[in-house]
Amino acid sequence: MALKFPIFLDAQSTTPVDPRVVDAMLPYFTEKFGHPASRNHPFGWEAEAAVDEARAQLARLIGARDAKELVFTSGGTESINLAIKGVAEMYREKGNHIVTTVIEQRAGLDVCKRLERQGFEVAYVPVQPDGLVDVETVRKAVTDKTILISVMFANNEIGTIQDVAAIGKLAKEKGIIFHTDATQALGKIPVDVEAMGIDLLSCTSHLIYGPKGVGALYVRRKAPRVRIAPLIDGGGHERGMRSGTLPVPLIVGFGRAAEICGEVMAEERTRLAGLRDHLQDVILSNVDEAFLNGHPERRLPHNLNISFAYVEGESVLMGLNKETALSSGSACTSSTLEPSYVIAALGASAELAHSSIRFSLHRFNTAEEIDYVGQRTLEVVKRLREMSPLYELAKEGVDIKSIQWKAE
Amino acid sequence: MAYSEKVVDHYNNPRNVGSFAKDTPGIGTGLVGAPECGDVMKLQIKVNLETGLIEDAKFKTFGCGSAIASSSLATEWLKGKTVDEAAKIKNTDIVNELKLPPVKIHCSVLAEDAIKAALTDYREKWASARAAADSK
Repeated sequence: MALKFPIFLDAQSTTPVDPRVVDAMLPYFTEKFGHPASRNHPFGWEAEAAVDEARAQLARLIGARDAKELVFTSGGTESINLAIKGVAEMYREKGNHIVTTVIEQRAGLDVCKRLERQGFEVAYVPVQPDGLVDVETVRKAVTDKTILISVMFANNEIGTIQDVAAIGKLAKEKGIIFHTDATQALGKIPVDVEAMGIDLLSCTSHLIYGPKGVGALYVRRKAPRVRIAPLIDGGGHERGMRSGTLPVPLIVGFGRAAEICGEVMAEERTRLAGLRDHLQDVILSNVDEAFLNGHPERRLPHNLNISFAYVEGESVLMGLNKETALSSGSACTSSTLEPSYVIAALGASAELAHSSIRFSLHRFNTAEEIDYVGQRTLEVVKRLREMSPLYELAKEGVDIKSIQWKAE
Repeated sequence: MAYSEKVVDHYNNPRNVGSFAKDTPGIGTGLVGAPECGDVMKLQIKVNLETGLIEDAKFKTFGCGSAIASSSLATEWLKGKTVDEAAKIKNTDIVNELKLPPVKIHCSVLAEDAIKAALTDYREKWASARAAADSK
């Protein structure tokens, strides 16, 4: 089969909507356009039934006992905001301390920083060089004022999967609410709020082949009953936790996307991990001084993050971007000019943080695409190393760290 | 971020990639930037000690596409200039030529620094040899 360009290998930023999801959504834009809160006519009943069905589909994917435990939001960022700020406000009298990690995605970190300005104290737990959070470090960070532990399920850059069940168990022991940002894990690997002791779980539709603009927050109703203050006041929708007219077509799509993920997960995981492992082998066996970032086993099946010493990440992307969409931890791809804080948190040198490339695969990638990207990556890295002064110095046997660099 | 056509052209067809042996008469070498900042440029000039003209220039750069393009352009501009003329190349000239966006201006600054460092190195090593040739 002929390759179609550009090839998308940036599926941890977003995913294409599955055509089956689009089919499920379409009627809800036109003939089934009712407001799910309209209780007095068939248009409303029909919309409410569709939302209930989507809620049940999502509940099944995360093992929730009751579909009512799911609150629809506008996406992962809102869910994370609602979870952390909602707990902070509701339990403020109980304590002002939050435990989280240094590798949370920006929403989690930024919410915590805001809460710190409002008088909360936040412990940012470090990670090990493989990206895993040591549960004992979390335990030590907990104080008698801790009201929330918030640890992401799987990381967006390096794909490392945390021992969520162990952290859930710790939270139960201490009687602390446990939130996990599962935006990257949902639909890709098993997630079970009951078995893993999760009290709050943030997720989003657009990373599981559903539409953008919708997400959800799981809020445990029993053992313990978790209460959160809303961010948005209004008509009292979503059991008062998130007012606003529900975007029915998006929710229907989210539900259908969750259902499909549940059906295909076992097969899809194996297939994507196989393609990913092949790509990893091709790169690591052909490029000297290329390093895998994150845990080699405990990681998402569709994630591969590699640092190529002596070449800068954005320049690698530039060599590939006509034909392949990838992402880098390079500062030059961010607005802040800071390299990836996730790679830096692993203890890697800043140079290697500037040199990281993330390959993230999706449902519709083919083996031919992966082969092509692997070969092109080898070519681009080789070409850039030929013009890298650092590679030249290293080949001459000069220790780059021994040079007195004048940092700007 | 979309790149300007000129940046893409220099990235795809970099001019004058390579190295001169540092101790060859007439060679000036500048090595600027820092790996932890994500940009390192090595820029070298080869001055004809008889005529005083920069007859060749080479670079190697670790950095983003704009950093590569800035140093590639610098080597093009250096050729044929005298050392004094070369010292007048400003980072803003590079910004204008490559249409660099504000977030990439530091790439042009680094290229100007690399030129200056190469000229300084040349002067320290070979200015007296050049003066001797001139007075002949």
